[in-house]
Amino acid sequence: MRRFSWFNATSLTLGFAFLYVPMIILIVYSFNKSKLVTVWAGFSTHWYGELLSNQSMLDAAWVTVKVAVISSSIATVLGTMAAYVIVRAGRFHGRTLFSGMIYAPLVMPEVITGLSLLLLFIGLNVDRGVMTIVLAHTTFSMCYVSVVVSSRLVSFDQSLEEAALDLGCSPLQAFRLVTLPIIAPAVISGWLLAFTLSLDDLVIASFTSGPAATTLPMKIWSSVRLGVSPEINALSTIMIALVTVGVISASLVNKRQAVRQKREEQAAERQS
Amino acid sequence: MRRFALILVPYLWLLALFLVPFVIVFKISLSDLAMAIPPYTPTLDLAEGWAGLVSFFRELDFENYVWLTEDALYWKAYLSSLQIAVISTVLTLLVGYPIAYGMARAPEEWRPMLLMLVILPFWTSFLIRVYAWMGILAKEGVLNQFLLWTGVISEPLVILNTNLAVYIGIVYTYLPFMILPIYASLERMDESLLEAAEDLGCSRLSAFWLVTAPLSKQGVIAGSFLVFIPTIGEFVIPSLLGGSKTLMIGKVLWDEFFANRDWPVASAVAVILLLILIVPIILFQRNQQKQREAEG
Repeated sequence: MRRFSWFNATSLTLGFAFLYVPMIILIVYSFNKSKLVTVWAGFSTHWYGELLSNQSMLDAAWVTVKVAVISSSIATVLGTMAAYVIVRAGRFHGRTLFSGMIYAPLVMPEVITGLSLLLLFIGLNVDRGVMTIVLAHTTFSMCYVSVVVSSRLVSFDQSLEEAALDLGCSPLQAFRLVTLPIIAPAVISGWLLAFTLSLDDLVIASFTSGPAATTLPMKIWSSVRLGVSPEINALSTIMIALVTVGVISASLVNKRQAVRQKREEQAAERQS
Repeated sequence: MRRFALILVPYLWLLALFLVPFVIVFKISLSDLAMAIPPYTPTLDLAEGWAGLVSFFRELDFENYVWLTEDALYWKAYLSSLQIAVISTVLTLLVGYPIAYGMARAPEEWRPMLLMLVILPFWTSFLIRVYAWMGILAKEGVLNQFLLWTGVISEPLVILNTNLAVYIGIVYTYLPFMILPIYASLERMDESLLEAAEDLGCSRLSAFWLVTAPLSKQGVIAGSFLVFIPTIGEFVIPSLLGGSKTLMIGKVLWDEFFANRDWPVASAVAVILLLILIVPIILFQRNQQKQREAEG
């Protein structure tokens, strides 16, 4: 059996300490009684209570979740379509431009994306608010979805789809009954990615929202610019906890699915 | 027909919300600042027909770009963004490589968990991860308290609001982007090559330089681009961790737009930033393409 070498164990320990100690410190200080974030004055959950009674914070959280759910759902549909076009549609006029527009937002600085969308909305005289943030988030996250889904589509055996068509499926049925179940894991991770990107975005939301809609990152931003605040520490702790639970349970589900698939394959082999 | 609709829907969406906005940015970068709503001139008035169109195009000019070259602030900001991006890419590589190496050489049953530990921060809010360093690096922050307590220093270090804090912030937040591609290339490597090198008389260090390093080159290149490209336009990190002397173009653009409300200059700044980014983006795409061809 392989063991850790001395060098590798050291570099991993230091590396993961670097990645995790800042977050642990943040979590520890969220339970600090003192308002001064630098002085430890004993354990308290005071700041969590403060946070949960802060109505504007709760409103912002609600706006953020709403934007994230709507935009990631639209982005998943559009991104899956775009992945199909890239992998399957073959040649058509403007293909180069299309794939350019799919990949460009992935590397575009957020300040540019935000600025350009804002100028568009102003040019069209659209009222800025939840809707405009949704449009902006959908646009950049559909590109991430399409990258994730197309990597799955490339490795997909197209003859399965053809078999379904031969057996009398309509193309839409073939997609629903054969293709979709196979690419589902990629579609789901695409949705999750789009959802997190939307939850996380500060810059593009700041450009494209109006006075009526404030997202959680915008709220956090306006309060941390003045310095560290214990309430934000509490909020961060809640968010870190949610993400950790989410990621771990997703990986457990994945693992279980892989095991089940393996078992089914073995059973099928034994039968034949 | 169905195929047509399938192409058309995402195509039109991207045209309307990605390409057209850029054309607008370019157009406004050729306009002049005005005390009006919207705060620039000329605005296109289609009611005036052809004459309106002609006078509209006549009033567009490259004045803002001339202004960008004349005011030292802007080109200094571009240069300093590039410099910060280069330095932090190198630092991220130095920190990330040993971690990726350790992961790839870890016992196999450990690897999925190590991988998850690298990916987990990526799902955590970027803003929060940057914010976490504010409390650590501040003058009365955790790091200074710790160093004073151990007696390593007698005066608190000034780290927050300097470029050093910006480097730390960038390395911290972009580290997974560097680790993952390097790990992928190291994990694929055939380790019997190392044994062969050692059998042939290489020391372990020279085996690393002659075998491992060249084989992980692709991962290093991909990781470096993934850190370098987004860092140039970075806004959150220099705003929270940097000081008044930290010049980065993303921040300049933001201030130009929100504080000075000079939309034409902000647009011109965006256009130039895009031009600067095109070179590394094309290099990166070409590199990825080459790698795909080599694998397929």
